[in-house]
Amino acid sequence: MGLAEAIILAVVTASTPLLLAAAGELVVERAGVLNLGVEGMMIMGAACGFAGAYLTGSTLIGALCGIAAGMALSAIFALLTLGLAVNQVATGLALTILGIGLSGLIGAGFVGEKIVPAPQLHLPLLSNLPFAGRILFAQDAFVYLSLALIAAMWWFIYRTRWGLVLRAVGDNHASAHALGYPVLTIRTCAVLFGGACAGLGGAYLPLAYTPFFIPGMTAGRGWIALALVVFASWLPGRLVWGAYLFGAVSILQLHAQGAGLGIPSQLMSALPYLATIMVLVVISRARGSARSAAPASLGMVFVPDR
Amino acid sequence: MRLVLERRAERSTTIAIASPLIAIALTLVTMTLLFALLGKSPVAALWVYFIDPLTDAYSLQEIAVKATPLVMIALGLSLCYLANVWNIGAEGQFLIGAVAGSWLAVRTNGTDAGHWVLPAMLVLGALGGALYALIPAICKVRFGASEILTSLMLVYVADLFLDYLVRGPWRDPKGYNFPTTAEFDPVATVPVLIEGGRLHLGAIIALAVVAAASVLLGRTIKGFEIRVVGAAPRAARFGGFNANQLILLTFAVSGALAGLAGIIEVAGPIGHLQPGISPGYGFTAIIVAFLGRLHPLGILIAGLFLALTFIGGEQAQISMRIPLDLTKVFQGILLFYVLACDSLVLYRIRLMPTHHRAGYGTG
Amino acid sequence: MAAREPLLRATGITKLYGTFRANDSVDLDLYRSEIHALLGENGAGKSTFVKIVYGLIQPSAGELVWMGRKLDLAGPADARAIGIGMVFQTFSLFENLTVAENVALGLTESFAGISARLAEVSRAYGLQLDPKREVWRLSVGERQRVEIVRALMQDPKLLILDEPTAVLTPAEANQLFVVLEQLKSEGRAILYISHKLEEVKRLCDQATILRAGRKVAICDPRRETAASLARMMVGGEIGEVKAGADRASAAPRLVVQGLTLEPDDPHGVRLDQVSVEVRGGEILGIAGVAGNGQDELFAALSGERPAPGAGAVLIDGQPVGDLSVTERRKRGAAFVPEERLGHATAPRMKLSDNALLTGHAIGGMVRHGFINKAAMLAVVDRTSRAFDVRKAKRDPEAANLSGGNLQKFIVGREILREPGVLIVSQPTWGVDAGAAATIRQALIDLAGRGSAVLVISQDLDELAEIADRIAVMFHGRLSASLLVAEASREKLGLLMGGSSAARQETSHAACA
Repeated sequence: MGLAEAIILAVVTASTPLLLAAAGELVVERAGVLNLGVEGMMIMGAACGFAGAYLTGSTLIGALCGIAAGMALSAIFALLTLGLAVNQVATGLALTILGIGLSGLIGAGFVGEKIVPAPQLHLPLLSNLPFAGRILFAQDAFVYLSLALIAAMWWFIYRTRWGLVLRAVGDNHASAHALGYPVLTIRTCAVLFGGACAGLGGAYLPLAYTPFFIPGMTAGRGWIALALVVFASWLPGRLVWGAYLFGAVSILQLHAQGAGLGIPSQLMSALPYLATIMVLVVISRARGSARSAAPASLGMVFVPDR
Repeated sequence: MRLVLERRAERSTTIAIASPLIAIALTLVTMTLLFALLGKSPVAALWVYFIDPLTDAYSLQEIAVKATPLVMIALGLSLCYLANVWNIGAEGQFLIGAVAGSWLAVRTNGTDAGHWVLPAMLVLGALGGALYALIPAICKVRFGASEILTSLMLVYVADLFLDYLVRGPWRDPKGYNFPTTAEFDPVATVPVLIEGGRLHLGAIIALAVVAAASVLLGRTIKGFEIRVVGAAPRAARFGGFNANQLILLTFAVSGALAGLAGIIEVAGPIGHLQPGISPGYGFTAIIVAFLGRLHPLGILIAGLFLALTFIGGEQAQISMRIPLDLTKVFQGILLFYVLACDSLVLYRIRLMPTHHRAGYGTG
Repeated sequence: MAAREPLLRATGITKLYGTFRANDSVDLDLYRSEIHALLGENGAGKSTFVKIVYGLIQPSAGELVWMGRKLDLAGPADARAIGIGMVFQTFSLFENLTVAENVALGLTESFAGISARLAEVSRAYGLQLDPKREVWRLSVGERQRVEIVRALMQDPKLLILDEPTAVLTPAEANQLFVVLEQLKSEGRAILYISHKLEEVKRLCDQATILRAGRKVAICDPRRETAASLARMMVGGEIGEVKAGADRASAAPRLVVQGLTLEPDDPHGVRLDQVSVEVRGGEILGIAGVAGNGQDELFAALSGERPAPGAGAVLIDGQPVGDLSVTERRKRGAAFVPEERLGHATAPRMKLSDNALLTGHAIGGMVRHGFINKAAMLAVVDRTSRAFDVRKAKRDPEAANLSGGNLQKFIVGREILREPGVLIVSQPTWGVDAGAAATIRQALIDLAGRGSAVLVISQDLDELAEIADRIAVMFHGRLSASLLVAEASREKLGLLMGGSSAARQETSHAACA
């Protein structure tokens, strides 16, 4: 396998957890809720996913454990922000702190253990094509799932009735309520979906990316996923571009470090984070005083009056 | 029957006072369950966590030492949060403040510099933290970029920058290749208050900041402006208050306080610059700020309380083999309960009859 | 006529919020082919009642019978399903979605073929709409059309309209009445909330009058006079507002010249060469339907948005166009914006804090940067006494006052500083008649003491009552001003609708 091929493969796998987590958060934010706890849900997904796969030997069970962990944390978030009208920013932060701590507790017993990484799925015939074959048709299941998820999300949001309702709720929750739509129920479903995706994205790391668990292995990916949603202007299609762009930055800086360019390794490692800041500034500035692409009721508390 | 939330006519002052206490009680109950799950005796564990550290003079000093950075950072954060801007990067501002002040210590190390070194270091620390905090503030004010994400990203950058400095240009040549600077000279060290103890000048500085913050928020027009900008931004504009200026101000002040806490910690208890000078103070301070209801006195008490749990957690790890991560879990759960109980200050919970989803009744 | 079965019979409808009775045992019958008015001043309980009929709120007691069967609505979807439609006063639209999507969201059945059916209904009632346009691009009148079409597409037997003409020009209001008559002739029932008595007399067959949550009368509005209806609504005589003697001084105290300002958001309105003068001792009214630049004008005058040139706005001869709000207040200006909660006051802060909000630069409440709580409370006390502000305790949160009382406080805190120039937007919007009278009298008295008062209002009756001269805003432009005596309803209506013939006539009249 040539260097270019190896790099592209690495980019795909680096981008997938970002794409999964960001996809879930996109749906959540489209419904008008800002869940900053993505990092906490991802790291919990990683810890529980690894634990599940290690104890049962099955990647699938591991993935389901990761999903369950993400959903459980997001359920707490929903209870507070939607049930008790608590400030979303503070709750999301609390979720992250709790998630990091809990994952440390759970994962402590598994540090140093290894599992069999998720197998690559080779599509018959197609995967034998030179170059493109291995990149496009011999990825692990998570990669295909992430892309299928985006496609399904796009179709749901723009082509179904409930997708329209979701957008309406994110645009103006008071109007949606006045028309009789169950705003809190819709938001809760969105939040749980977001939790599932974040948990799955986190689980990907120990299940397929590196077949072992390290405390704190998400290293800020959850936060980058949040930035990706802004970068994508809340559009599913653009999210794919954003995720792959960031994956590329992380992989390329790793290779640049190895290439002995004389640049301090810490600076290279800081590139993804600096890139995130640049992207946020450029995107926000480009939008300027034009209509914000963000869902109009994002982050606002909603208490229906009866 | 189902539960619905209903807005109260006025903030309930009884709940406002009781809520942190209720939250602590609920957290203790949850922790009891967790201890039991881990196979440890809950009573023994709670004792080690909360009571033991209060029983000896050494650990009481340790609590004060640990509380100092927490309280200082949290006071700064409370200004930002009251103004409804979310500075999540206090951890990074802490680190950069430590770096900025340490620069002077490293430069004058081994030279016979006078007593001006320490005050200058403290000033540099505060300045460094303030400037670092202005980056996300300017990104927000000029470009509209989310301060939550930018300030957070800068934490990772600061961490890596510190790592680079202590492994590279600032590494102590006589330090056997450990990633640390040389030990700071006495003139570059924060003096201890009790001979032989660990309680240092930083604690006094922290108390002074508590007093200053109380006055600022409660009695000055600037404090009023900060509160209004957070509570009702359009009304603040109508009142003639400049939201952008206030964003920059609150970030700068909170960055300065975090930076000051950073250099005090490095020039005091630690004595030299190294990676890992902060066990997450910047993030724990967020919890302290909320637990203290964004009020200076509340923050002082909350800071002491959380410092207590840090010390208790270290003790529990040694004597009962309870993992240190449990302290983080405790802090996260505590924050959840505080937020939940606080909601009851503004809302009450009611039982309401559900309706059958039918167009017509039985009549 | 043979006795008919009512389409909807409401009996004993009661709604309690704590101890507050928003509705108290209200009975009402609605018949087909009838336009029934629900009258009452602000706060009488009209909106609460119709929200109960629409299923949005659950009644504490009472029952609804629809076509002979008892009704138990879980929500608006149920109401729509049985044939009750509602057009809200504040539209429940989604700005970033298209007209078609907005309409679809109001329907309970399938979305297929929406655009076609929308076009059909539009045409049938003469309500022009482009299904693919996003709502944020539409004018206020067009948005109301979307609301109405959305309601009509469910083929409602009962259509409820909550203050529909509040945001329409007289011409648009007439168009609406044509649609309503058409609906009536199709056998539908219409429940029409309004406090505009002339309109109700013109349009409605029956009127139920609510006062403080109770039904106090039912009558045929065509047989009543506006005065008798008003008396039933208010329950007595309201003191007449006494116009001040003509005391206008020569020098203009507020001058706006050639004010042109780009909007700071895409669906704002651009101000175009706005010019006006207000002399000491006079009240100038600016009429116009919402959304024609009034908000932008207010922001430019108050200083919340700086004007492009210092000379665009003059207070007592001094150029203030580039000065901040606080600087303008120091020069004797005071402002009362349209939105009580969130703009004029911080809703969850105390009245004393809200007194500090606008008074910090000149009210003696701040010294060397420190605030003086006692001085703030003194302002609250004086304002409450002078303007009869009713409140539950000495210093409650702003959100706890009723609309009328809060508005009295807001206007009062400004007037007590004796400003040389007072600029007020919608002074009595959503305010009960008693408070409205107090406020209007206070404005007249302030002018009587030599101040210049500028009143922006959508209520032509109000302007006719208190203003000396009137100008009209349309699409960011301000007409020349007319003496109130010369400003007929038709002329004003034409100006509000943007008629250029009327504008030429008035500018000639003003120059003559």
